[in-house]
Amino acid sequence: MTEQLLTSVQMAHFVAHGSLTMTAVVPREMNAEAIGVLTAGIPGAPYGTPVSEAFPAGSFARRLVELPAVAGALHSLVGPAPTVDHHHVHIREPREGSAQPLHGDAIIDVRMDAFDVQLMYYPHEVTLEMGGTLSVPGSHLRRTNETDTGRYQNLRGQNRLVCPAGTVVLLHHGIWHGGRRNDTDTPRYMFKIRFNPTVPQVRLWNTGDLADPAVADELRTQFPWYEPATGRLEYYNRVRMWRALTGDESFDLDHWVTRVTNRPLAHH
Amino acid sequence: MTAPTKQTLRQQVLVLYLSTSALDSKVIGWSQYDGTGRSAPTTGDSDEPPYETGVAALCDGWRLLQAAQLIPPYPGHEYDVSFLKHEFLFEKLVELDG
Repeated sequence: MTEQLLTSVQMAHFVAHGSLTMTAVVPREMNAEAIGVLTAGIPGAPYGTPVSEAFPAGSFARRLVELPAVAGALHSLVGPAPTVDHHHVHIREPREGSAQPLHGDAIIDVRMDAFDVQLMYYPHEVTLEMGGTLSVPGSHLRRTNETDTGRYQNLRGQNRLVCPAGTVVLLHHGIWHGGRRNDTDTPRYMFKIRFNPTVPQVRLWNTGDLADPAVADELRTQFPWYEPATGRLEYYNRVRMWRALTGDESFDLDHWVTRVTNRPLAHH
Repeated sequence: MTAPTKQTLRQQVLVLYLSTSALDSKVIGWSQYDGTGRSAPTTGDSDEPPYETGVAALCDGWRLLQAAQLIPPYPGHEYDVSFLKHEFLFEKLVELDG
């Protein structure tokens, strides 16, 4: 098995969006197997169990996280040998009538130099009516606690997931999201695994393209739901996160952090 | 003598999040709650805002109830990002049939 590590441009995309989507990355035969496996349930493991113990060799979940593209993305984001925080099979039942309120998982988590990743796997095609996960791109650095964002029903540029079978989405722990109302007669499945890093998350990806101008272009992404003023603060926070990920304390985007931290020393 | 008709009113609530503190700025987020029970708006049910600006909602008969206060950042947290800042609450009173 060869891990397909992410590039710097892909990492910058993750820092700006708080997510990375791998469309139809899981092979058809595994998707066919998945519904039965997920319906039967995947045995739980204590918080912080190494992947190798949480998911025995040959098990469905182990094969899922060892797919070269998935393994490479996980290595790039949370490093080698992450632990499994917890995992859960989410089923949006047909016509159950309500959506989840917009929320961030767990509790408010303001770490900039470390982050958890949540893997969401969709074994079947998800149509708009099936209540695919709603997520808000670029919301992961907002300091809010769990469902306190529940009053936000819709935001410009929100992402209502529609995807083919076998799609995997990797999310930063802070992303605002929620299961949407399933308006069809078919249950909608999603398998979620939360990973905790066990090493510092510094330059864990393929850094060959670190100087590519496309990195800064990704980090400059603005989203339609940002107030323009707060969008500038998003730049500031992304620069801090990119500095932490690269170990490069001189990195900046268009002088945003440099300007407000400039305190010249007196010349003698 | 005809008995006076009893009017039964219910409140509909519209929440608009705007791009600046100005009421005529662009809508970036929205939520609706319907006291008539005729509709059940929910999370992620639309990608298109009901109005382009806060003033456009006024023009359509919504009454402004409340505008978010402008609160300076807490010292030491000037660069933090959190909730949307410019929240405007509107209402319409709707007469129920019968």
